[in-house]
Amino acid sequence: MIEVKNLTKDYGTTRAIENVSFTVPTGQIMGFLGPNGAGKTTTMKIITGFMPPTEGQVLIDSLDAIDHSLEVRRKIGYLPENTPLYTDMDVVGYLTFVQRLRGIPQSEHSVRTRRMIELCGLGEVLKKDIGELSKGYRQRVGVAQAMIHDPEILILDEPTVGLDPNQIVEIRDLIKELGRAKTLILCTHILPEVDATCDRVLIVNRGKIVADGTPASLRAAASGHDRLTVEIKGPSDQIRSALEGLPGAARVARGDGADAEPLGAGCSRFVVESASGHDLRETVFAMVRDRQWILLEMHHEATRLEDVFRQLTVGADAQAAAGSTS
Amino acid sequence: MTTVLANTWTFTLKELRSFFNSAVAYVILTLFLFITGWFFASNLFLVNQADLRDIFGAIIPLIFLFFVPAITMRLIAEEKKTGTIELLVTLPVRDVEIVLGKYLASLILLAAALALTFAYPLTISILGDPDTGGLVGGYFGLLLMGAAYLAIGLFTSGLTPNQIIAFITGFVIIFVLYMLDKIIMVFPSAIASVLEYVSVGYHLDNLARGVIDSRDVLYYFSLIGLFLFLAVRTLESRKWR
Ligand SMILES: Nc1ncnc2c1ncn2[C@@H]1O[C@H](COP(=O)(O)OP(=O)(O)O)[C@@H](O)[C@H]1O
Ligand SMILES: [Mg+2]
Repeated sequence: MIEVKNLTKDYGTTRAIENVSFTVPTGQIMGFLGPNGAGKTTTMKIITGFMPPTEGQVLIDSLDAIDHSLEVRRKIGYLPENTPLYTDMDVVGYLTFVQRLRGIPQSEHSVRTRRMIELCGLGEVLKKDIGELSKGYRQRVGVAQAMIHDPEILILDEPTVGLDPNQIVEIRDLIKELGRAKTLILCTHILPEVDATCDRVLIVNRGKIVADGTPASLRAAASGHDRLTVEIKGPSDQIRSALEGLPGAARVARGDGADAEPLGAGCSRFVVESASGHDLRETVFAMVRDRQWILLEMHHEATRLEDVFRQLTVGADAQAAAGSTS
Repeated sequence: MTTVLANTWTFTLKELRSFFNSAVAYVILTLFLFITGWFFASNLFLVNQADLRDIFGAIIPLIFLFFVPAITMRLIAEEKKTGTIELLVTLPVRDVEIVLGKYLASLILLAAALALTFAYPLTISILGDPDTGGLVGGYFGLLLMGAAYLAIGLFTSGLTPNQIIAFITGFVIIFVLYMLDKIIMVFPSAIASVLEYVSVGYHLDNLARGVIDSRDVLYYFSLIGLFLFLAVRTLESRKWR
């Protein structure tokens, strides 16, 4: 279990994080999500004992991360941001080096190395220098070194940055696989990453936690962003005003964006955003039937986590900017 | 205690491997042998005297001035630059083990370089009759002096992520210690004797005369201890900023 209590960290005069508190229970995969500069890396550096906070405390299984530094470091596997690795060592040599320093008995080295190679798909690059590896393979070496001692706690800081889409899917699958039996913190500024892998999401912005919940609960809590796309055959402006007149419709916009399918003759497409708690599907259907138009398509999209994220981060920034100018 | 030794040795092996993987070791050893050999040969044949005192007392200390910071500049600075330091210090190892391991690797490289120059006094012993006491003391003194320089170089490598800056800072500190006993004439005698004691050359001269005095040895060990301690502090510096 990871307990983070009231962490504040100042770099000189810059406050990177302020009063950050959260608890990650054993076995949870927690996404630590926030835009660049939000303070994710800073928080991880403190949890892993790389540096102390300006104020606050971290407890790992009730042990203070500073007072019991060595013990705490034994429990954690860490992949720092940008995956720093010794480029002049080969993969097996490096994994052996890490095992020695982690005090793993020599007799277990080859078994553990083999397990990591299998798990992380490193079979083809065993003897290569790490410096010669592609970004994707390097990332896997980074995950392998973090996992080799089978830690209770795994901390991965932006593990998919710089990877191509196929590699991203592979690393995500790997994380899901690994995370099953571990307490895992996954830092990322990429939203689908947490949606795809995490039990819980913590959203940070400007050094503060702005949301905490499961991906589903965060979606539910967000207001007014359910979107209904409809394609209707009938007079366009009448349809529009009818939609706008519906109780619970917050906003109506034309739905023929660049990537939309071409419309049939006499048809128009609209996107209706509903106010929170309203499901407009039935009312729209009834309205079309009453007016004797023809409903060609209806597509309902629940609030996306992207929207929650944007609302919490960009919105907060806008508010902060407005606050500072007024 | 055993884990301290084991971890230290793991770091030493890693650094030795990367010295020899990156050709740094070969370049340095070759250059060192070549330069010392050249001075040795010119002393031997031009002046026609087999005098080792010059080589031990003046030439090798001068070469060390450049040679030693070149060995150490990479050791910590590179880790700070690439970020591997973060992996290293979040492993369950002590900062002392990291510093000692790296230090030992550099010391082994330096000792190897010195050992290779054995060929020269060996030649002299065939041609003439060298002062064996001076020879042993001279080598011992050079090793101690080199060891102190290495500690200084390792410390300056920990000050910055930039190897060039690490080299230059190391060079300057070593240069000052090297020059102290050469400029004492301009100081009043009370200060001069202090400066002399602090200078590296004074103690080396004693040892090269074949006198192994515990005060000289203690001097070098204090330098080594002080700068290794400071090197450990540079690793901890992330904690007090
Ligand atoms: N070493 C540092 N010195 C000064 N400021 C820093 C340092 N590291 C991070 N910061 C600042 O602290 C804030 C948080 O950074 P960081 O923790 O890296 O965010 P994230 O990982 O979420 O992108 C940023 O404003 C960043 O500029
Ligand atoms: Mg970051």
